[in-house]
Amino acid sequence: MAKSARPKPTGKPEPATPAATGGHNLARLHDLYRTMVRIRAFEEAALDAHKAGDIPGPLHVSIGQEGVAAGVCVNLSREDRITSNHRGHGHALAKGAGADRMFLELFGREGGYCGGKGGSMHIADFSVGMLGANGVVSGGIPIAVGAAQGLKLLRSKAIAVCFFGDGATNRGPFLEGLNWAALYNLPVLFVCEDNGVAAFTATQTVTAGPGVMARAASLGVPGLSIDGNDVLAVDAATADLLAAIRAGGGPRILHAKTYRWTGHTSTDAAAWRDPQDVAAGKANCPIARLAAVLAERGAKDLTAIAAAATTEMASHRAAAKAAPWPQPSTAFDDVQDVGAVRFS
Amino acid sequence: MTSKITAKPATIETTLNEAGRLAALQEMRRDPRVWVLGEDVARGGLWGQYKGFLEEFGPERVVSTPISESTIMGAGLGAALVGTRPIIEMRIFDFVMCAMDELVNQIAKIRYMFGGQARPAVVVRMPHGMWRNSAAQHSQMLESWFVHLPGVIVVAPSSVEDEAGLLVSAIRSDDPVLFFDPKDLWPATGTMTAGEIAPIPFGRARTLREGRDLTIVTWSAIVPKVIEAGVTLAQSGVDAEILDLRTLWPWDEAAVLASVRKTKRLLVVHEAVEVGGFGAEIVARVIDQLGPANILVAKRLGAPRLPIPFSPALENQIRVTTDKIVAAAKAAVMG
Repeated sequence: MAKSARPKPTGKPEPATPAATGGHNLARLHDLYRTMVRIRAFEEAALDAHKAGDIPGPLHVSIGQEGVAAGVCVNLSREDRITSNHRGHGHALAKGAGADRMFLELFGREGGYCGGKGGSMHIADFSVGMLGANGVVSGGIPIAVGAAQGLKLLRSKAIAVCFFGDGATNRGPFLEGLNWAALYNLPVLFVCEDNGVAAFTATQTVTAGPGVMARAASLGVPGLSIDGNDVLAVDAATADLLAAIRAGGGPRILHAKTYRWTGHTSTDAAAWRDPQDVAAGKANCPIARLAAVLAERGAKDLTAIAAAATTEMASHRAAAKAAPWPQPSTAFDDVQDVGAVRFS
Repeated sequence: MTSKITAKPATIETTLNEAGRLAALQEMRRDPRVWVLGEDVARGGLWGQYKGFLEEFGPERVVSTPISESTIMGAGLGAALVGTRPIIEMRIFDFVMCAMDELVNQIAKIRYMFGGQARPAVVVRMPHGMWRNSAAQHSQMLESWFVHLPGVIVVAPSSVEDEAGLLVSAIRSDDPVLFFDPKDLWPATGTMTAGEIAPIPFGRARTLREGRDLTIVTWSAIVPKVIEAGVTLAQSGVDAEILDLRTLWPWDEAAVLASVRKTKRLLVVHEAVEVGGFGAEIVARVIDQLGPANILVAKRLGAPRLPIPFSPALENQIRVTTDKIVAAAKAAVMG
């Protein structure tokens, strides 16, 4: 009998790649764990606040995909730039954005990253190199490529990383951007977070050919395809790819297979999904897998780290709820210097 | 009493295309962060507006790109976000339709959407307008779409001096500037000040002719025809005041209002389709600001709502001509 492609829920998480753990010191494992549980706690608190009616508008969470954001961004310096997508809370947090200002933005309050003009889909923190989430699928690809080109022109040592989903690989900017990056030998890492669904549609049902890595290879962009729920594998593969990029080797792609636990948006209960798939996905939790490795290495403070993250996010949530709304006049700010309309 | 002898500044006679080239050249020499990307720019650009740039600035600052409009536009934005100042060359305006997400959803929104963190200091050059039987996909004038778009400056010069001075301003601007080169006027000649090209501020109209009977507001490639119409009208006893807006956002509402206050009659002439064109906005604002009782006539003249046809016989049929401008102006004045 052919082996099922679908991982079976076993009740016991498979640990992260044991081979990869050898190269990781305990402090780095703790960092990765903390980043992942903070992302999880942030999004669980945000979902709950949304359900309570405190967050207006749609919310796209990445629960189940935390290993990719954490494993990639642990390899980046503050000067490195990232572009993200509509499911970008994890990328922002992993790059160093403040959860407090993110919560304020989700609530549309004063002091939020965008002053309440962006919301969940448009979190940006230029001070930590986070060049913005994006409401358009593949929208960040040309921007990341251009950031890499600008950095190269300025003789900067920084590089650019572009997070996008599997859905983006069927849009033109994917082809254009990879071709462009290879053509000009740009320092950019493309990260395809492949959760298997493009909004509500299984990506493989709308995608011809052998897939993203074959497409990338045909455009002259080599890379690695890994288990994105194994944060140590993500970390190790990213380190390898970035070493090549930083050495002037041109663009690389990281294809990280992962699983989205939730529906497309906060209002999508995802009842359309195969419950067996969901159970298998949840059993393959990236946080639980790293926890197993850490436990094996004798770590005893995991519960405390997770509890601290929950407490932190609850406090940011409460602060956001108590925060004032932005002054209405600020709706007129930051459009353009010349030709701006005045508050009236 | 002291008398001062002011020497007239030296001028040069050149084409509009060369004026734009000199402006971009000056700014690339002045600021190493300025660079240009677009199809064929390393060989001088489709129109020769970057001739000699590759030799002077090298392939990192004069980047010939694939035919990838989305990425030409989006990469320009990304490069601006890390501190460079790209000139994004679209080759022909009509191709910007392949980069609308990057222009409309990204460039125009990014500063606002991110609460002021981003400064997309890009110039998007889009040679536009009817151009020698090039048909429906190489001759459009859709500038009014972009005036409707918050977050951008819209520039549409018609003369040698304005092409140069406004392009200098555009390149120095921290706001994104959509620069509509009037491609039919590339070979048009005129004079400009020799030496350093001074920036021309956005939002100021140029009065091309003073008159008492009627205000004609216009811009871009059709301006020479309006000037010609003004001469013909004068011979028929109609004294038209002609204003070239030069920038459509911001536009010089004060200058237009002052002129219409005097003439009481307004005719907006544009090469673009009349329906939903920027002329409608100007007419509406003028009526709103001056009050209908203070205006005798407020009209528009533009192209019929048709795509641009290929055959000269058809193209000439829909084109806004000097004769049509003269007729519309006479009708406005004489009823």
